[in-house]
Amino acid sequence: MSKYVLEDFTDGRVFELDPYEVTKDEIIEFASEWDPQPFHLDEEAGKASLLGGLSASGWHLCGMMMRMICDTYLLDSTSQGSAGVDYIDWKTPIRPGDTLTGTSTVLSSRASAKKPHLGLVTIRTEVSNQRGETAAVCEHLLLCLTRKGYEEGAAA
Amino acid sequence: MSFWDSIEEGVTHELGAHHFSAREILDFASKYDPQRFHLDPDLAKKTTFGGHCASGWHTTAAYMKLNVAWRKKVLKAWLADGNPMPNFGPSPGIKNIRWTRPVYAGDTITYHHRITQKRESKSKPGWGIIGFGVEATNQDGISVMTFDGAAFIATSE
Repeated sequence: MSKYVLEDFTDGRVFELDPYEVTKDEIIEFASEWDPQPFHLDEEAGKASLLGGLSASGWHLCGMMMRMICDTYLLDSTSQGSAGVDYIDWKTPIRPGDTLTGTSTVLSSRASAKKPHLGLVTIRTEVSNQRGETAAVCEHLLLCLTRKGYEEGAAA
Repeated sequence: MSFWDSIEEGVTHELGAHHFSAREILDFASKYDPQRFHLDPDLAKKTTFGGHCASGWHTTAAYMKLNVAWRKKVLKAWLADGNPMPNFGPSPGIKNIRWTRPVYAGDTITYHHRITQKRESKSKPGWGIIGFGVEATNQDGISVMTFDGAAFIATSE
């Protein structure tokens, strides 16, 4: 199968992201390692916090969102990594038992002026829970190969 | 004085350093970012990165780990001085993450943050928001990541 190249990321193209099941064990495991704040580790501490219950770390949500993106289109692309993220807004707490779904929408794309085999794609990804509440909105920058770059054998 | 009152705009704090081992890079990436340049050291050599490197989300997660540990230390000193326990809230989001250089297996990354803004929340009475700029640098002093963060902190105990 040929991989997604710059020219496949046309303006407005939408990728429906594979769903992600959030478990209590995974919330606590991630938080224990990377973000050990009480409201990410303990039900009672979560209830007493602004989050109103045990909730996943926002950084964990970034990881889950990234995994959804990888499984849906990034691993089938000529990705050369990411230059960055313009913003990510964490809008709704993520709870144990939530099922995340979402979309990635291509906002714009262009070939690099300095490295003509490379392209830069701006993507907006939105992730929602099973109640249709928006959990996170993110604009991120994907570097990938142009069709010519891919066909000429640049490492994909 | 509340903990909120003690926060000073413009001050930079060193949060500590994190060592990125090949094993940890692989473990993180296999869960959250299984792109081949994060999983396979040999394949990674042939990519634009030129070597096995960490997911950008791994670099941000290590910031949070050090930030929480640093804050715990600050808090311990604050409480030891007889001050009341402050209340920390979550973060509404972050902006302008730039992964400027790869973080390679074996790198040790040092994190700093600088308090850039401090204001009371309009939507949540009793809470304030601090803004801060984060910079991560490798063992050669080269910047590998920057971003702008924000967090809620109670304005009184």
